Amino acid sequence: MTWSEMEPLLEQACWDTLYMVGWSALIAVVGGLPLGVLLVLTDRGGVLQNVVVNKVLGQIVNIARSMPFIILMVALISFTRAIVGTTIGPEAAIVPLAIGAIPFYARLVETSVREVDGGLVEAVQSMGGSTWTVVRKVLLPESLPALISSATTTVVALIGYSAMAGTVGAGGLGDLAVRYGYMRFETELMWITVAILALVISVIQFAGDLAARGLSHRGRSSVAPRLRLLRGGAPRAGKPAPAPEPRTAPAELESAEPTKVL
Amino acid sequence: MITTTDLTKVYRSRGREVTALDGVDLHVREGEVYGVVGQSGAGKSTLIRCVNLLERPTSGTVTVAGQDLTALAGRGQGAGSALRRARSRIGMVFQHFNLLSSRTVRDNVELPLEILGVSGKERTRKALELLELVGLGDKAKAYPAQLSGGQKQRVGIARALAGDPKVLLSDEATSALDPETTRSILQLLRDLNEQLGLTVLLITHEMDVVKRICDSAALMRDGRIVESGKVTELLATPGSELAQELFPVGGVPSGEDRTVVDLTFQGEAATKPVISQLSRTYNIDISILGAAMDTVGGHQVGRMRIELPGRFEENVVPIGFLREQGLQVDVAAIADGPRANPTPLLKEGAK
Repeated sequence: MTWSEMEPLLEQACWDTLYMVGWSALIAVVGGLPLGVLLVLTDRGGVLQNVVVNKVLGQIVNIARSMPFIILMVALISFTRAIVGTTIGPEAAIVPLAIGAIPFYARLVETSVREVDGGLVEAVQSMGGSTWTVVRKVLLPESLPALISSATTTVVALIGYSAMAGTVGAGGLGDLAVRYGYMRFETELMWITVAILALVISVIQFAGDLAARGLSHRGRSSVAPRLRLLRGGAPRAGKPAPAPEPRTAPAELESAEPTKVL
Repeated sequence: MITTTDLTKVYRSRGREVTALDGVDLHVREGEVYGVVGQSGAGKSTLIRCVNLLERPTSGTVTVAGQDLTALAGRGQGAGSALRRARSRIGMVFQHFNLLSSRTVRDNVELPLEILGVSGKERTRKALELLELVGLGDKAKAYPAQLSGGQKQRVGIARALAGDPKVLLSDEATSALDPETTRSILQLLRDLNEQLGLTVLLITHEMDVVKRICDSAALMRDGRIVESGKVTELLATPGSELAQELFPVGGVPSGEDRTVVDLTFQGEAATKPVISQLSRTYNIDISILGAAMDTVGGHQVGRMRIELPGRFEENVVPIGFLREQGLQVDVAAIADGPRANPTPLLKEGAK
């Protein structure tokens, strides 16, 4: 295969991946952020303590989180059809990608928001702040660097998931590597795909780390360890932790390793 | 200004009940600095957090500036906003400052004003004015992480004052600070109390804080107020535990047949050479077992434990002389013999 043959394929695949990951990441953030915040607020000792809601939400998140993505994609076919009108192509992949990523991001948000010192919440309450004020002025701004790190992790995980989108004919870089590199023994094309993926993930990770660090005013203490974990984690395809407590955060981060894509 | 009546707080967790407050009646007058002292776990924190309803009391009422807050604390949306408005008129300062790390010093002070819905320009003006007041006019653009502990607490105080409160609650505000900084923060609180007529309710485990700035004080133990009143009056109360805590005078008598007397000097009496007069007049040898002198609320106050030779019966006349000099005299351990510890001492905790 010559470069001129490969080039349009690669270009198309890049756009497909970008399209799928971009939209699903956006939806994941929009959906996962409130869900994660709600998980913290309704927890025992939270501002809106409500054990029933918390347990139900937590259970939903757990089930969605532990579902292998490829099964989720197949299971959601009829739902996808109802939403986007088709079960084939990048649009069809966005739906299961987003649905898989919402609980993933929600758990990361939960962990990040839980890190915010309860004293700050109390301080704002003592000023007469409502729950909404607490969320808007304390929980979100104070955890912003961690929320951005989490979003980075989610995007990287989504790139991994999107490799499976080929199953529904959505294309993308992962699909290209499987179809040409694996099935047609176009080793050269596969390696180029791998290189592109590695490059894309590095850039995303770098940008995410940079943004998180730039927004942190706490000195080096709070965000830095998290970043080191992201970068230095051993490439293992970790199983998603079933019920991630704040302490199991590293396990969750591992599951987002780029290895899955390959 | 702040009144709690029969305030009770019971924590229930996993079937166990812990009574943190057990019928607390507190009365803080307008314009005074009121200190609540006690060991860890005595219920001080719960008490101060009940005053602005951060903790919901199990029973009893809290009235601040004539408004019954417990009545506002009912369920429902309307009640919530009324309580929030009331809270915005009560400033609160915390042990660990609780400043938002993502905001600059100025933005931290503006936060309560944002909650009150004050416009942007007015917020900035007020915040800068308050920072000037607490002596941090030049740190407006810094982030809390760049400040020292004392500076952070000054920001905390400026923030607490932003809503023009009549009442300031201080939850161990100086406990995380070194002695030098503690003094300057206490001085600031005292100044604010005098300049703005601010009523201050503070809880602390440091007796020094009470000595330095409190007009009145209460001692808490096991969720109850054991003793309360004006500091000067407490010092004049025979057998007062708070007085003993504020001016701990230890010392064990040197042998049998001794009379141990605790003296408290206040005002005029503190400057008179009472001991040497006593010694000369009655020709007796006096040993000083322990003594403490300090300034409380601008007055010279001292306590001293002295030992007179002979039993109490033999010392009635000298003791009468001491009383005549305007001293408060507590004769310790008449019946129990000299070896017993005359006054009940608090265990550790308050230092």
